[in-house]
Amino acid sequence: MALRALPNVKTLGRLYRQQIRGLQTFTLPDLAYDYGALEPAISGEIMQLHHQKHHQTYITNYNKALEQLDDAIAKGDASTAVKLQSAIKFNGGGHVNHSIFWKNLAPAHEGGGEPPHGSLGWAIDQHFGSMEKLIAKMNAEGAAVQGSGWVWLAVDKELKRLVVETTANQDPLVTKGASLVPLVGIDVWEHAYYLQYKNVRPDYLKNIWKVINWKYASGVYEKECP
Amino acid sequence: MAEAMARFGKKQLVVAARLSSGRCERLGFKRVISLRSEGQRGKCENLNTPTNISAYNSLKPPSFKLDKGQRQKDHVLKKPRNISAYYNLKSPSYKFDALEPYMSKRTLEVHWGEHHRGYVESLNKYLAKDDILYGYTLDELIRVTYNNGNPLPEFNVAAQVWNHDFFWESMQPGGGNSPILGLLQQIEKDFGSFSNFKEEFIETALTLFGSGWVWLVLKRNEKRLAIATTTNAVTPLAWDDIPLLSLDMWEHAYYLDYKNDKARYANVFMDHLVSWNSALARMARAQAFVNLGEPKIPVA
Repeated sequence: MALRALPNVKTLGRLYRQQIRGLQTFTLPDLAYDYGALEPAISGEIMQLHHQKHHQTYITNYNKALEQLDDAIAKGDASTAVKLQSAIKFNGGGHVNHSIFWKNLAPAHEGGGEPPHGSLGWAIDQHFGSMEKLIAKMNAEGAAVQGSGWVWLAVDKELKRLVVETTANQDPLVTKGASLVPLVGIDVWEHAYYLQYKNVRPDYLKNIWKVINWKYASGVYEKECP
Repeated sequence: MAEAMARFGKKQLVVAARLSSGRCERLGFKRVISLRSEGQRGKCENLNTPTNISAYNSLKPPSFKLDKGQRQKDHVLKKPRNISAYYNLKSPSYKFDALEPYMSKRTLEVHWGEHHRGYVESLNKYLAKDDILYGYTLDELIRVTYNNGNPLPEFNVAAQVWNHDFFWESMQPGGGNSPILGLLQQIEKDFGSFSNFKEEFIETALTLFGSGWVWLVLKRNEKRLAIATTTNAVTPLAWDDIPLLSLDMWEHAYYLDYKNDKARYANVFMDHLVSWNSALARMARAQAFVNLGEPKIPVA
């Protein structure tokens, strides 16, 4: 089943030493569904590579960067600590974003693609007019992202309203606003769709809505805006 | 006064006679040519009094009326009504399967045929607006639209067109090995050794975050070679350095062949694809703009 990215407490060797120092390491969360369960919207090959290779690489590099940061702080090496920030933002952001992404997806037989009922559905209709308009807006913004990035549907927990935002590379959503909580994120890095859709990102964006897990998004929304 | 004009006039007549009539039309010497070539000499036998003073004023726009005996030249006389393209899609100088097995035919078909072609078509669509951006060469267009760090929307497509042209030229079938002659000397001078450079180049390619390019540039001010990285569509042209080689680290460049194995892609590029011949040629051209080292003055 899907696990949150729990720090691995029971460990040996290198990780044990880190536990002594209180450093957490992160592991790859499992998917709640098979790699091939999201076909034909996203192919099993893409899901496997995306999860086992890309996400795992982010986690590995994030752990490495955290270890180096820990060393630098212990030694009082400020310049190294600052230099590592971009690696942490990139790899840590990648880990955070992808963990949300796996929860944002669900196979069709488990509710993927089913529009949200309840307060989130009502809020979408209020803010954007209709589900179709929201999808059109997110697809337009997602297609317009230059290079690599993400497109998000988020709730501003201070202002209690829904926003559509894009972030570049692996920047987490909070870089666009400290009070933004992501509800639905779509990865528009080329690795997320290239093997299947080649350069036709708009087709990928059109099809991914068939497997978006609105139940998770509704849960997060209801927690932030009861 | 009349004599001065006569002297001036004579020179113009002589000059005009030497030019081809097509050019003369554009330069506004039409009137002058017609005087000599059509037996109207009777009119201006006396060169002291030119028949049409405006002939000396080359600001007169070329007349679209035909003179006797002139064939209609469509491309000169008729203004084009519908300009449909400004830049064309240049194909690589090798066949798509020439880079196998290092870069597959499929990758080239999609990368060139869809990505690069898409950029060219977007660029032409932007330029069809026929506003202030029309009329620049591609290099100039990139510099102008970069706008010193605040890029205009046309920058991405224009720069990507240039970047991809440059990238196809940076590769060749049977590439790799090592550079020769002056380029090798300069690399050894600036990086220590060729293998140092290769390691640094690959390292840089692997630590690039997101989409971007890795370049070998000749820095104008520092007069040395360096490795540069840029994100998305940015190119060293924008800050006036001279690129010699590029490696496309956008995922679309390697995903079909190597999936997420960037390291293998970068190594294969360096070992089997990179065209040191083109880098050498670009370096030679760059030396017209940048003085590297002391000039070699032969002694006796």
